[in-house]
Amino acid sequence: MFGQSILSLVIWVPILAGVAVLATGSDRNAMLARWIALAGALLGFIVAIPLVTGFDTGTSAMQFVEKAEWIPAFNIHYHLGVDGISMPLILLNSFITVLVVIAGWQVIQDNVAQYMAAFLIMSGLINGVFASLDGILFYVFFEGMLIPLYLIVGVWGGPNRVYAAFKFFLYTLLGSLLMLVSMIYLYFQSGGSFDIQTWHTTTLGMTAQTLMFFAFLLAFGVKVPMWPVHTWLPDAHVEAPTGGSVVLAAITLKVGAYGFLRFILPILPDASAEFAWFVIALSLIAVAYIGLVALAQSDMKKLIAYSSIAHMGFVTLGFFMFSPLGVEGGLVQMISHGFVSAALFLCIGVMYDRLHSRQIKDYGGLVNKMPLFAAFFMLFAMANAGLPATSGFVGEFMVIMAATKVNFWFAFVAATTLILGAAYTLWMYKRVVFGEVTNPRVEELTDINAREILLLGMLAVCVLAMGLYPKPFTDVMHVSVVDLLAHVAQSKLP
Amino acid sequence: MSDFLTQFAPALPEIFVLAMVSLILLIDAAVDDSKRYIAYVLSLATVAGAAFLTVRDLSTMPVLALGGLFIDDPLADVLKLFLYLTVAMVLVYSRDYLRQRGLYKGEFFVLALFALLGMMVMVSASHFLTLYLGLELLSLSLYAMVALQRDSSVATEAAMKYFVLGALASGMLLYGMSMVYGVTGSLALADIAQILADGTDLRIPLVFGVVFIVAGLAFKLGAVPFHMWVPDVYHGAPTAMTLFIGSAPKIAAFAFVVRILGQGLESQVGEWRDMLVILAVLSMAVGNIAAIAQTNLKRMLAYSTISHMGFMLLGILAGSQNGYGSAMFYVLVYALMSLGSFGMILLLSRAGFESDKLEDFKGLNRRSPWLAFVMLLLMFSMAGIPPTVGFYAKLAVLQAVVEIGYVWLAVAAVLLSLIGAFYYLRIVKLMYFDTPHDTTPIAPHYDSQLVMSVNGLAVLALGILPQPLMAVCVYAIGASF
Repeated sequence: MFGQSILSLVIWVPILAGVAVLATGSDRNAMLARWIALAGALLGFIVAIPLVTGFDTGTSAMQFVEKAEWIPAFNIHYHLGVDGISMPLILLNSFITVLVVIAGWQVIQDNVAQYMAAFLIMSGLINGVFASLDGILFYVFFEGMLIPLYLIVGVWGGPNRVYAAFKFFLYTLLGSLLMLVSMIYLYFQSGGSFDIQTWHTTTLGMTAQTLMFFAFLLAFGVKVPMWPVHTWLPDAHVEAPTGGSVVLAAITLKVGAYGFLRFILPILPDASAEFAWFVIALSLIAVAYIGLVALAQSDMKKLIAYSSIAHMGFVTLGFFMFSPLGVEGGLVQMISHGFVSAALFLCIGVMYDRLHSRQIKDYGGLVNKMPLFAAFFMLFAMANAGLPATSGFVGEFMVIMAATKVNFWFAFVAATTLILGAAYTLWMYKRVVFGEVTNPRVEELTDINAREILLLGMLAVCVLAMGLYPKPFTDVMHVSVVDLLAHVAQSKLP
Repeated sequence: MSDFLTQFAPALPEIFVLAMVSLILLIDAAVDDSKRYIAYVLSLATVAGAAFLTVRDLSTMPVLALGGLFIDDPLADVLKLFLYLTVAMVLVYSRDYLRQRGLYKGEFFVLALFALLGMMVMVSASHFLTLYLGLELLSLSLYAMVALQRDSSVATEAAMKYFVLGALASGMLLYGMSMVYGVTGSLALADIAQILADGTDLRIPLVFGVVFIVAGLAFKLGAVPFHMWVPDVYHGAPTAMTLFIGSAPKIAAFAFVVRILGQGLESQVGEWRDMLVILAVLSMAVGNIAAIAQTNLKRMLAYSTISHMGFMLLGILAGSQNGYGSAMFYVLVYALMSLGSFGMILLLSRAGFESDKLEDFKGLNRRSPWLAFVMLLLMFSMAGIPPTVGFYAKLAVLQAVVEIGYVWLAVAAVLLSLIGAFYYLRIVKLMYFDTPHDTTPIAPHYDSQLVMSVNGLAVLALGILPQPLMAVCVYAIGASF
């Protein structure tokens, strides 16, 4: 019965669940709100499963397509569909939503219903971003998700949350608005269509391509975030509650990277080729320089936030190698980073819930009191450093290989991440987990409970599975990536 | 005899409103203070009756009446229906506020209905004389409304400013009209359009006429640099009057501008487009930047109005049906949002407490989550963030501008609206991030709360499905030009 509208379900089930959670009202019904939220998140994940089981890896065409008239006045359609690039991201998002609900189970005691609802609604909107094939529909979801995220950071965040929320919102809005003008321009250039696939075949002059390239680059670059427009991310992360950080790192950053593949590369191939050096330069700066910045952090969340920026630099670097290996490497890195950064932020959340500090210096000797936690934390730290057999290794290795083919020095600079990543992650791990117990409050810590084991355990399985056998992931992507690169190789100049 | 009567038929709603206003004036003079609700109920009935008459005689093509002074076309019908809706909502929102301040008198209702009548005439005018007549009927009613609170020196000052500047603007408009008359020898818009399309040797007087007309229109719209009266009047007037001034007259002003520039001076688009570009950019810049510095919500919304009118002008300056349709969509959406946000100030106010400071909204989410949510929708809609209807209003206008090749203007508009997003976000911040310092329970009357809920949800529902309203605008413009 719902076979034709799986994507609609994937989008609307979490949103409606969010509305249902909101309807429970005040904190008197907090427990009810939590259970409805969990049920909604699980249901959202379950309805996304047919996307995997019914996915045809042999075609690059859009699958599970739905198309209906939405705003005929401007020829805007409710047009959904996924390919090998977007499908894994939808699944990742639906999965992370479940984790976020569980992660906020005890920690959030204030406005529980609103907290849970904000995450569920945002989850649906993000699925919408990945599934949209109409420019305006994409934009609506892309912008709409700012509202819940703004509230999450601002209401449940840390002391400096207001500054962080405003900075995050205005930065991302700046990019999006220029993208909107570009989309309107494309609408007239393509003869009155907001269809993204039509845009893929629209001819555009070099000046127009250049201007739009930088407009889109700003829109998606801010979201990724790329150096030098990354400064909102550490602020937002530090002030966001754990769930907010998880979603920010694991999902919203992917929205930016996804935009490169869906908009910049196929719509503006000539400008992309012309200015590839620019993006590559920014990506390498992100990898090397931000890696060094991460090394200097004393706040764990900030450290992981900077490490996210460095890892996302790998993603954009891979995309602009214009080879299947590079793009697939970037995609694998995106998913892997989704798991690893989510896990690391959850780990920090576990510590923060107990000691209410994110400062590295307040910890030390944790392994004595929380051995189980230390083991999990070790795995994720290693994955973040790109240790083989974890998911972190696969994407980085693929991108470095692709880079070597293009230019040795690209690969050389990119490979510094293997050293820097290991340095900042493992050094932090050492200072937090090993050594003498210096802080008396660490003495009183208890190890992780069943709920936390469940959270970290699920992510550990994902990290290891993807690290040991990444082929299912690359199989799903391969045909779509090859088709995408065929588009990119074709000049769109008139 | 019957011929004589039938030519009045298209103006039946106007005649009905006029008759009812006179009736209310008489009845109200005869009843005492405890029965003021009669005027309230009769006013709502008047609006409903006028709506009925308008719907009954919906026109599908333009019909000229009263010797070419009056036109009944789909554009007029649609705009009138929205005027009725807006005025009815204003009446519902204002009732408690007026009662608590001793303004719950027949005068308010009579003035509001006279203003409505003026707006209806403006919307249906096809002749400079009727346009001016409607405008003055509206303006004079509004001057009096602002001054209705006699013992308030702020309100009196606002009324004085409004009157002096408004009269000046009317003078400019008349001066411009007389020059156009001198060039074309006609006051009827259709004739003027015809004569100007054929060409004229009298370029200089014509251009001067256009300049004066545009300046007069800019005054009425509150576009920079003719905006000085807006913040003072919005701030000084009792909130119920601000609500009125900030909503329905914008719709009428849109019709006024489109009738004069789009229908009468259509062939002179090359002359007025550049002027409107300057007005629009200045309005968006000054409105958005000055709004940031305000601590009074009414004043902030006044500057926000200025910037919204600038945005609306973008659609008109496109000079195409697409552009007029977009501007119409924009102004209807703006009226809806403006009603909601000023209405919210009214809902939160109570006897002796105006609730018009920004800090009065602190922690609203803890005091009333539902009202905070409605205000959140309104603010994001004003900022043009989807999925609220404000986004489509901006989208529609921007695409009209890009269509005529003014991409740079679209870029300037979005960058200035980014600045605007800041102060709307600040309201959301106050409501959601801060803790309340005032914990008095909020107990608005159930009917105004119901209307407010519908108002807020409409912003969201039209944001998810904007097509119906958009189709109405496209139809109204398409069938009237």
